[in-house]
Amino acid sequence: MSLSAHSVSQPLGVHAEHIAFIWHAMLGACGLMYALLLGFLVMTLLRQHRSAPAGVELEKRIERTLILWVGLIVVGLCGLTLASFLTDRALVRAASEPQIALRVIGHQWWWQVEYVDADNSQNVRTANEIHLPVGAQVHIALSSDDVIHSFWVPNLNGKRDLIPGRSTEIRLQPLTTGRFRGFCAEFCGVQHAYMQFEVIVESAQEFAAWKARQLAGAVTPTDPLRQAGRDVFERAACPLCHAIAGTNAAASTGPDLSHFASRRLLAAGALTNTRDHLRAWLQNPQRVKPGNHMPVVDLPGRDMTALVAYLGSLQ
Amino acid sequence: MSAPRDGEDFDEASTAQQLTRTWATPRGWWGALATVDHKDIARRYLVTAGVFFVGAGMLAFVMRLQLSRAENTLIGPDLYNQLFTMHGTTMMFLFAVPVMQAVAIYLVPLIAGTRAIAFPRLTAFSYWIYVFGGVMVWVAFALNIGPDAGWFAYTPLSGPQYSPGKRVDFWAQMITYTEVSGLATAVSIVATILKMRAPGMSLSRMPLFLWAMLVTNLMVLFAMPAVMLASSFLIMDRLVGTHFFNAAEGGDALLWQHLFWFFGHPEVYIIFIPALGMVSSIVATAARRPIFAYPLMVLALIAISFMAFGLWVHHMFATGLPRLGNSFYTAASMAISLPSGVQIFCWIATLYLGKARFNVALLFVIGFIVIFVLGGLTGVMLASVPLDLQLHDTYFVVAHFHYVLIGGAVFPLIGAVYYWYPKVVGRLLSERLGKWNFWTLFIGFNVTFFPMHYLGLAGMPRRIYTYASGLGWDGLNLLATLGASLLGVGVLLLLVNMIRSARVGPLASPNPWEAGTLEWATTSPPPPYNFPHIPLVTADEPLWRERDHLSVMRGLRLDKRELVVTTVVEARADLREPVARPSLWPLLTAIATGGMFLASIFSPWAVVAGAAPIAVAMIGWFWPDQPPRADGEDPEP
Amino acid sequence: MNEPRSTLTPDFMGDLSRLEVHGHGPRSLTWWGLMGMIAIEGTAFLLAGATYLYLASQVPQWPPAKLPPAWLWGVVFSAVLLLSAVPNEWLKRQAEQESLRAVRIGLVLMSMIGLALCAVRYLEFTALRVSWSDSAYGSIVVVVLGLHTVHLVTDLIDTLVLAALMFTRHAYGRRFVDTAENAIYWNFVVLAWLPIYVLLYLVPRWLQS
Repeated sequence: MSLSAHSVSQPLGVHAEHIAFIWHAMLGACGLMYALLLGFLVMTLLRQHRSAPAGVELEKRIERTLILWVGLIVVGLCGLTLASFLTDRALVRAASEPQIALRVIGHQWWWQVEYVDADNSQNVRTANEIHLPVGAQVHIALSSDDVIHSFWVPNLNGKRDLIPGRSTEIRLQPLTTGRFRGFCAEFCGVQHAYMQFEVIVESAQEFAAWKARQLAGAVTPTDPLRQAGRDVFERAACPLCHAIAGTNAAASTGPDLSHFASRRLLAAGALTNTRDHLRAWLQNPQRVKPGNHMPVVDLPGRDMTALVAYLGSLQ
Repeated sequence: MSAPRDGEDFDEASTAQQLTRTWATPRGWWGALATVDHKDIARRYLVTAGVFFVGAGMLAFVMRLQLSRAENTLIGPDLYNQLFTMHGTTMMFLFAVPVMQAVAIYLVPLIAGTRAIAFPRLTAFSYWIYVFGGVMVWVAFALNIGPDAGWFAYTPLSGPQYSPGKRVDFWAQMITYTEVSGLATAVSIVATILKMRAPGMSLSRMPLFLWAMLVTNLMVLFAMPAVMLASSFLIMDRLVGTHFFNAAEGGDALLWQHLFWFFGHPEVYIIFIPALGMVSSIVATAARRPIFAYPLMVLALIAISFMAFGLWVHHMFATGLPRLGNSFYTAASMAISLPSGVQIFCWIATLYLGKARFNVALLFVIGFIVIFVLGGLTGVMLASVPLDLQLHDTYFVVAHFHYVLIGGAVFPLIGAVYYWYPKVVGRLLSERLGKWNFWTLFIGFNVTFFPMHYLGLAGMPRRIYTYASGLGWDGLNLLATLGASLLGVGVLLLLVNMIRSARVGPLASPNPWEAGTLEWATTSPPPPYNFPHIPLVTADEPLWRERDHLSVMRGLRLDKRELVVTTVVEARADLREPVARPSLWPLLTAIATGGMFLASIFSPWAVVAGAAPIAVAMIGWFWPDQPPRADGEDPEP
Repeated sequence: MNEPRSTLTPDFMGDLSRLEVHGHGPRSLTWWGLMGMIAIEGTAFLLAGATYLYLASQVPQWPPAKLPPAWLWGVVFSAVLLLSAVPNEWLKRQAEQESLRAVRIGLVLMSMIGLALCAVRYLEFTALRVSWSDSAYGSIVVVVLGLHTVHLVTDLIDTLVLAALMFTRHAYGRRFVDTAENAIYWNFVVLAWLPIYVLLYLVPRWLQS
């Protein structure tokens, strides 16, 4: 599944489609006004080569044109305001019955994602990645743990801020399967650039399978290398910030790693999640993503290999 | 013997000699520091703002280099964030507003036909405090403690918890400096326009340039207190532990945005409306006729200034405020394009009805129309709540406001440079180099910023220091960087032209463009007293009424600084008021005030300790320095 | 056009020499400067007041500790401030008539009232029953009161300086204009206080009931 063209003008969600309509209406109306005005300007510049003096007659005609121009602007603005208002109403009505409820919490500089179910045992916790079944009406409750962030997936909907001390909401309803890139759109500090995520829209079966895997708990390592990796993980500073189900690590300062290897992105989009990237990331997080809050994990090479193998197995 | 007064008693040479003795600023370092001549102060303002403009432009170019290819490692995120913060802050607070006020400080007294600016010492003070603020924040930047929370400094990112250290404190105090300066200048300009216009220049025949400057500086009075209050709240949160923006203690993060944009949106018009005045002057002169539909133009200016205060929430659509309220701001934001659209039409109509004489100044006005209107139309798009939710904080917005601010303010400003340079310097700029200057800027600008519309639509957020390849952004970013190089060449050509022409340009007559307003009635450059006699205005365009003669009034003292105060509406001559002489007190007050602001970054007690020197300096400033004279007249203050 | 420095020939149409050298009220240039300052500071007061109400609307409990400022010193301050408007208005009129003796008396009286008010204001701060660092409520209350105090002190210093000047050789013409304008500024300080009083003392009690 390749990344869909990341663009406002490629709407692949119900909301984005409504907004694309108003964009085209605006483009048409504003383009027309621009053409008219430039036409008048060009006429004026061409006229300078003729020497016909401007009489009272001409001045009267320009006055009438001005009235026409004002009328045109007023009509255009009313039309666009109305179109904008109706689009806004359509956005409010779209996806009004939540089929999937999520909570997204913004952190400097990653996204905490929680699937909220009436049945608590069905809750799924992940990071920087949102899986959705195609066509589902999704409500996402947004909040922030530190500064203001903004949740934005251009193909699916406009953006909504995550504000400390407040709760906001955004709704999505993806229309096709695919992978969509999401960004933090509000400047949030040093690593605002790499506060990205992906929305993966799948068929209902694929989504159900994904969710089942996430609910299954973390993989327990069986071979010695990965077992050693788990020991390294538990002994090193990792559990101070991260959680892996079934280990002593249950902190939530950093992303939950229980199914770390199932995610496609590393460090909120700074890298793709490969073994080599993971090793580079663990060896020097500040070189990969300068300023981020992940400390350097100073491990001997053997421990690092084991840790990478362990984390890489957490499907 | 009675005091010498201007009039038939003295020939013009003798009048000029006596007035020069009275009004000239003393030479030497004392004169340089104590000058209250509005032209000296304005020239300094213009040069300083120009330096900041070039500096901020260079920062922008470094950002463009960093973004020219994906995953570039030229500079890191920490420096990049300082760069865009300094770029925005410098352009908005240290360039755009001060440069427009500087043009006003220079030209308003001349166009109004008076000898000085109202409150010359306050104007001198405003310059010093502005320089101190600007230098402070740039020194901080040079020491790698430059502000890095954006020119908008949203809380809580800019608050004590997420921006520890002094970086944001420098930013917040820079705001205090520049707003004090801007407010002081605004008071002077408003009073000058309302009370010091030449007799006969009633409001109904006041040039549009003065209308624009009046409206702008009135807006300053009501907009800038908001950001001063906001930056004071911020610095108190940071330094003494108040909780204005701390949600955990009952504060609110969005309070900052409300206060900031209550200032920030009018700010755009504070930058843009002076440009409308410049365009009106250039167009009327080029077309050799008054601006078409003058009353409508005045109404449009006033309408814009009022509406500008009702739009601030359109910067906050993505914060999830109540939807019905948002629709109101959509309508209001769109409505402001009506008066702007009328103005654009009227300028083109003026050229259409007149017989335009082409020069570089007019070329820049045409460039202004082409660029600004496009920026205005993308502004209409952003006024729509749904569309804004997509485009907000993307490169589309970057494109939009550069079209509005460069197209709407910088192009007219450069047009104004070509138009008024001969008045200020006494020599004409090279028109040939000017054409090169125009085309490099025009093409460079569009190549830089037009692609950004597409980048925004393609989902590129603002303020990211790098981006991954494969998102479809690489090519257009490279193109924009190439355009920025051309833009830089354009600015360089302007500087070359200005520096070269100051020495070798042809000498300018008093009225090289055969314009109709009063600044062209005096020599180029004007003498320290501006006019040997106060003009009497009997027509809308005083210099077009008669070719070689000018109606004037006699009777102002030649041996002391005096000017005429007139009534607000009719401009009837009412009082002969004395004008302040050069003084060091404005500088000393600025040092005391600036020192207090700077020290307050390091200890809140500085506010208490610093109050005494400020009070002393201000008492010194206002203390009269001469007893009354035997003839019962006021002494010079 | 050919001769770069040529200027226009003046046609003398009128005479300015008989105009007065100073005038009161809107005739005076400094009066307009004063109005500019009042516009700026009035806007600051309005926005600070709006901030107060905005913050109050964001929390369930205002003030959070249910303790509005104590009555006594606020009432005393308001009473003295309101009463001061009477001698102030008298001073303004005397200044406009340029009566030196009366102006001297008025300025000394207003200086004393100003000093007394500063003392009461100090007590008022101690009776707020909240610190700026307690909560956003404390922050805005202290800042609004502080903002008003800055104006009070500024005007007081101005009054003291003018009072001193009026006993020196500088007591003539323009000083009367300055005195009248200082009295106008005092009126602003009085008027600005009324909504602030409502905000600081009454609004928290209304919000609780």
